[in-house]
Amino acid sequence: MSETLEYVASAARPDAPPAILLDKVNKWFGAMHVLRDVSLNVAVGERVVVCGPSGSGKSTTIRCINRLETHQEGRIVVDGIELSDDIRALDAIRREVGMVFQSFNLFPHLTILENCTLAPIWVRRMPKREAEELAMEYLTRVRIPEQAKKYPGQLSGGQQQRVAIARALCMKPKIMLFDEPTSALDPEMIKEVLDTMVGLAETGMTMICVTHEMGFARQVADRVVFMDRGEIVEMGTPAQVFENPQTDRLKLFLSQILRGH
Amino acid sequence: MSDVTLETAAAKVPEAAPRSPPASQIGLLAWLRTNLFSSWLNSAVTLLIAYLVVRWTIGFVEWGIVNAVWSVPDNQTQACRDLKGIGACWAVITEKHRFILFGTYPYEEHWRPALCVLLFVGLYTVSAMRRFWRKELALVWVATLTAIGVLMWGGILGLPYVPQERWGGLVITLILATFGLALAFPLAVLVALGRRSRLPAIKALCVLYVELIRGVPLISLLFMASVMFPLFLPEGMNIDKLLRAQIAIILFAGAYLAEVVRGGLQALPKGQYEAAEALGLSYWQKTGFIILPQALRLVIPPLVNTFIGFFKDTSLVLIIGIFDLLTAGKTAIIEPAWQGFGVEVYLTVGAIYFVFCFAMSKYSQSLEAELNRHRNR
Ligand SMILES: Nc1ncnc2c1ncn2[C@@H]1O[C@H](COP(=O)(O)OP(=O)(O)OP(=O)(O)O)[C@@H](O)[C@H]1O
Ligand SMILES: [Mg+2]
Repeated sequence: MSETLEYVASAARPDAPPAILLDKVNKWFGAMHVLRDVSLNVAVGERVVVCGPSGSGKSTTIRCINRLETHQEGRIVVDGIELSDDIRALDAIRREVGMVFQSFNLFPHLTILENCTLAPIWVRRMPKREAEELAMEYLTRVRIPEQAKKYPGQLSGGQQQRVAIARALCMKPKIMLFDEPTSALDPEMIKEVLDTMVGLAETGMTMICVTHEMGFARQVADRVVFMDRGEIVEMGTPAQVFENPQTDRLKLFLSQILRGH
Repeated sequence: MSDVTLETAAAKVPEAAPRSPPASQIGLLAWLRTNLFSSWLNSAVTLLIAYLVVRWTIGFVEWGIVNAVWSVPDNQTQACRDLKGIGACWAVITEKHRFILFGTYPYEEHWRPALCVLLFVGLYTVSAMRRFWRKELALVWVATLTAIGVLMWGGILGLPYVPQERWGGLVITLILATFGLALAFPLAVLVALGRRSRLPAIKALCVLYVELIRGVPLISLLFMASVMFPLFLPEGMNIDKLLRAQIAIILFAGAYLAEVVRGGLQALPKGQYEAAEALGLSYWQKTGFIILPQALRLVIPPLVNTFIGFFKDTSLVLIIGIFDLLTAGKTAIIEPAWQGFGVEVYLTVGAIYFVFCFAMSKYSQSLEAELNRHRNR
């Protein structure tokens, strides 16, 4: 990561009501306490990078935001809607929150185009033609429009992950969640996916991204959140967190990932 | 630097022209050598099997064609008996084929079940073609099955009424199998989904159904349907025997198919469910567009295996006195004149079953290849 990175100007609007609010969220898997009083405020247009050692609860945190996991205590408010057992609130939130997974999770039996149009057609009730035009627009933006008729299995990992990003964007979400989008990729494909994500950041999208890509964090993050053992341990600008770690846990973690790179 | 040297070095070497493989590796002789005569033991086994195959084929041709009697004047089976087993008495088929195919259905009305059989075959053929897989196909099914009902029962459109007790033969087998599998399959899908439901009541109900039905033999279920079920009905009300057997078969096949479908559901990675949910798809959208299409593709072979098994298991209705294809064949040779010609009849009946089952098997292979094309790069 020696190339000079241009910082993408922040689009955060701290004055507006927060896009995401986590208030003392607690979660247990059986008896295991995996989230402990996690509180986080994400402003509209803000870009947050979450890092931390394996098993620290990063995935669980962002999966609670679109309720792929349910939390047991505390409050989660997304786009002004509080998460609860109410199905309608859940549907509304999932329409506004896009998610990209580590393992892409494209639908292998559908073409790239069908992957991108399915949800807009059935969830957003968009006419098929319109959905296809939109999908082609986003596929062009992630630079793979020529693959539209292929099946996911015919694409490389990097291409698949870019399709997954396009698929989520086709729902025109207000918020995007990324769970280690590049850690299942070969090194030469990581850059193409990160570039796509930087491009997305430039559009002012609200993003929470679990990643260990320091370069990416420095380039786009308004804030970096460090989690360990289910807690948010430190939080601040990339410069604060990476150059001036306060806790031993963060120092240890940074030394480990720097060694790994 | 190093790139440049490599490039120039590569350019100097002339490209090797592609050669065909050595002659000893291609052609029929090579195939024979590697597969049949690779060692002394293999050669001996090959020769022995070839000898047996030839012997049996000759024997069968002599029995079934050369020495066979194809027809006899009205029930005079002496010519057949004089063969003393060295030739087949196909006369029994010539004489009894209408009975085997249509049972005791009134003779002059045989065109009706015959037309029904053709309708069934047409329905299968149309349903098998992927370009007809549209919503309208459901209407085609309803229309065809209604037409079959009208044809079989009659009583309207100037067709004389034929009570169900007189139906028989191949058409009964096709009715039981078609309705059985066409209704058991959706039932099975629902039960398989129910077994994975988050609602404990639904889950328990589905588990109970599968375990109860799987725990008893089909025969006992058929007995229950024919003997016990009427006891629970109010006086004077009577549900047709065929319908009761049909329900028993649907329930039974449903339980087995449900387990096959569940296997497919379990084989799907969790990520597929999560991706569908994260996109905001509802439960039924997720299930219909993402989960079932993939899960069912995975289980085509065991699914068709179960289908074929149930097609043949419909013959068990003979124990409650329904005249399916096999029972009709068996009954055809009860008459003293035709006693002793079971082999010919059972061979014929077996051949009919085989045609249907083999077609299913072949079709499933092509379907599997076609539907799973997306998995090949
Ligand atoms: N479905 C589950 N059932 C039980 N325990 C779980 C489940 N999912 C996660 N956990 C546990 O919860 C803890 C937090 O997991 P989580 O996946 O959020 O970690 P993570 O920070 O994303 O780690 P990684 O970097 O390895 O992805 C871990 O100890 C994990 O073992
Ligand atoms: Mg994780």
